[in-house]
Amino acid sequence: MNNSEKKRMNGEAEEENEEDVEDEGRDAWERTYTDERSWEALEEDESGLLQPIDNKAIYHSQYRRRLQSLSATSAASRIQKGLIRFLCVVVDLSKAAGEMDFKPSRMAVIAKHVEAFIREFFDQNPLSQIGLVIIKDGVAQSLTELGGSPEAHIKALMVKLGCAGDSSLQNALELVHDTLHKIPSYGHREVLILYSALSTCDPGDIMETIQKCKKAKLRCSVIGLSAEMFVCKHLCQETGGSYMVALDEGHFKELLLEHAPPPPALAEFAIANLIKMGFPQRAAEGSIAICSCHREAKVGEGYICPRCKARVCELPTECRFCGLTLVSSPHLARSYHHLFPIEPFTEVSARQLELSRVASKTCFSCRESLLTPGTNKAGPCAACTKCKQYFCLDCDIYIHESLHNCPGCESRRITPAAASATMS
Amino acid sequence: MLKEGAIESRLVAGPLVVTTWPRSFLLPPHSRGKLLRDFNQSTVVVGHGYASFQANRRSLISFSDDVSLLVVLIDTNPFFWSTSSSSLNFHQFVSHVLVFLDLIVRLSQLNQIVVIATGHNTCDYIYDSSLDTDQVTGEGELPALYSFVLQRLEEFVDKDEKLGAKQEGLSEKRASSLLSGSLSMALCYIQRVFRSGPLHPQPRILCLQGSPDGSEQYVSIMNAIFSAQRSMVPIDCCYVGSHNSAFLQQASYITGGVYVKPQHLEGLYQYLATVFAVDLHSRSFLQLPRPAGVDFRASCFCHKTTIDMGYVCSVCLSIFCKHHDKCSTCGSVFGKAQLDAASDRKRKASES
Repeated sequence: MNNSEKKRMNGEAEEENEEDVEDEGRDAWERTYTDERSWEALEEDESGLLQPIDNKAIYHSQYRRRLQSLSATSAASRIQKGLIRFLCVVVDLSKAAGEMDFKPSRMAVIAKHVEAFIREFFDQNPLSQIGLVIIKDGVAQSLTELGGSPEAHIKALMVKLGCAGDSSLQNALELVHDTLHKIPSYGHREVLILYSALSTCDPGDIMETIQKCKKAKLRCSVIGLSAEMFVCKHLCQETGGSYMVALDEGHFKELLLEHAPPPPALAEFAIANLIKMGFPQRAAEGSIAICSCHREAKVGEGYICPRCKARVCELPTECRFCGLTLVSSPHLARSYHHLFPIEPFTEVSARQLELSRVASKTCFSCRESLLTPGTNKAGPCAACTKCKQYFCLDCDIYIHESLHNCPGCESRRITPAAASATMS
Repeated sequence: MLKEGAIESRLVAGPLVVTTWPRSFLLPPHSRGKLLRDFNQSTVVVGHGYASFQANRRSLISFSDDVSLLVVLIDTNPFFWSTSSSSLNFHQFVSHVLVFLDLIVRLSQLNQIVVIATGHNTCDYIYDSSLDTDQVTGEGELPALYSFVLQRLEEFVDKDEKLGAKQEGLSEKRASSLLSGSLSMALCYIQRVFRSGPLHPQPRILCLQGSPDGSEQYVSIMNAIFSAQRSMVPIDCCYVGSHNSAFLQQASYITGGVYVKPQHLEGLYQYLATVFAVDLHSRSFLQLPRPAGVDFRASCFCHKTTIDMGYVCSVCLSIFCKHHDKCSTCGSVFGKAQLDAASDRKRKASES
């Protein structure tokens, strides 16, 4: 309570210094009506329906900035990424998580977005595992063990949603350190802390714990919901993680989902190893067996472990009897686009498009016209550096965020002679 | 739920197209330029209702849940069609497909069709039923749709051939087509339809493929499949080649589509009309062919044999059948910590 009051007062004081004196006493949301006249930005189309505000250009420029920051950090050469990740998500359920500055409460917002994050994480990293830890009453408890099934984690998270007590960063780090100590050496150890409190009550010296984590090669990242704290910043700097503070719910979701794709891996963090894996076949239709996960008889629709012939219900999983990791080839294929990323497209200004000798000014992949609607002039678009085809801005975003294939490059047949010419 | 006009058009489309289709239509193969002339001989009956149908096309404004947008990917790979030993040649194949497209158009006035051709050297759009430039009215005996599509197909095959002539030394025994290119284009088109607003038909993709799988396209095809799965677009496949296509079986399984390899290719239209003409909503009421056994086993990178237990490199996820000391794809040495030289080697290896 004290924190939020102080924040509001501090916020208004800052705003008063920046704005004119006549806006004294008005909040930012009131100023959007009086000064910026937000209703004038709305438009209607011919049937009277409200059209969404055209933020396509804003969206595209945000996307390009994001791409450029990503490619700047990867420095032109293909960076190794940690594809087999063991991530512990630490959720702070201390008293500060009951604050209402995120509607309805920080806790509810965190739970909702962590569920989406878990699904996205397993979608992008099918061979990885997540474990959930909560901090409550100054003690850290492990909510779920490290596992690869999203449903189990989500179910456990939705049940326990009460907040109380103080938050203890050191206890959480100790627990996570012990959990992640047992994993095989080829996995990348990561911790993601969602911290709402502004203090930490620790039983010992947290700096020692931070050094311990650094020695154990844990990569700790923190997303703060209240304000920046030195301890969290120090932790992230020491271990090589990222520290961000969320401004509002939308920003929080964006920051959280940024941790779903694999981060660049520091070479000495994980030892390369050959992992023995099994690729089970589907059980025959109509065959009856007792499945090893639910301990009940099931008909058809399952997979058979190639080593011990036990039946499992879904993949990827670890066989309960012989411990073999069971995956199917699409699971491995899901991560291939991280290994073979496509180059970002270059922006083409309207003038360049007009000057180009393209016959029909349409996007190569979706055949939408590249001319600004209503006029005959060319609008902004993007072009691939390899196949030199033009694409509209929406296709550019879709191709780089979801599809990971350039349609122009895929629609060309490159002979081995041409390929070696481009490589040299 | 069925509208009046819809019942009539379904009754009309059924018997007219299937039973009164004269046998002489399926002519022996001629040279490509005579394709149009062959069609003229036998399409009088079907051409009847088409002109009046065009007029009523745009009068409906409500989108019910059984309206579909069908993107058809036609395989025109000359390496496959010239060497296929089955009873179906390219002209017969195209004729079956054209009648099927006509059927889709008649099932609902709001159905949309997009045809993309998958060639050996390039892919391109052939027909888009929602474009004004593609709405041609038929004056001759041949329905406008058929002559338009045939003409564009001929132009496409010529372009494909010209692009191939520039490249020498292409003597592949199992020449594959550019399926990944046409799948990517189809998915981008479907995204455009999603962006157009809340009222849109339900999209799905139908692959009419005969060429064998090209292993160099594995990563791109899997990327397209996962993107289709996220957008909830089913990929159906009717495979007219000789052996089953593992890529397309996986595609149908992962995205929730239907995979069919017809046993009697002379009756291809029957398979298309009974399995693939139905919209997505009505599929839940039908018993469609279920996948017999999709093989998800991986093939090892060293011998290309399918294995059911193998070793996976933790850095680049390449699959090996035996234990090695060094990964041949990324150059990582197993059991020791990575060095910077290893990442350079991996960059060179993955670019080749």
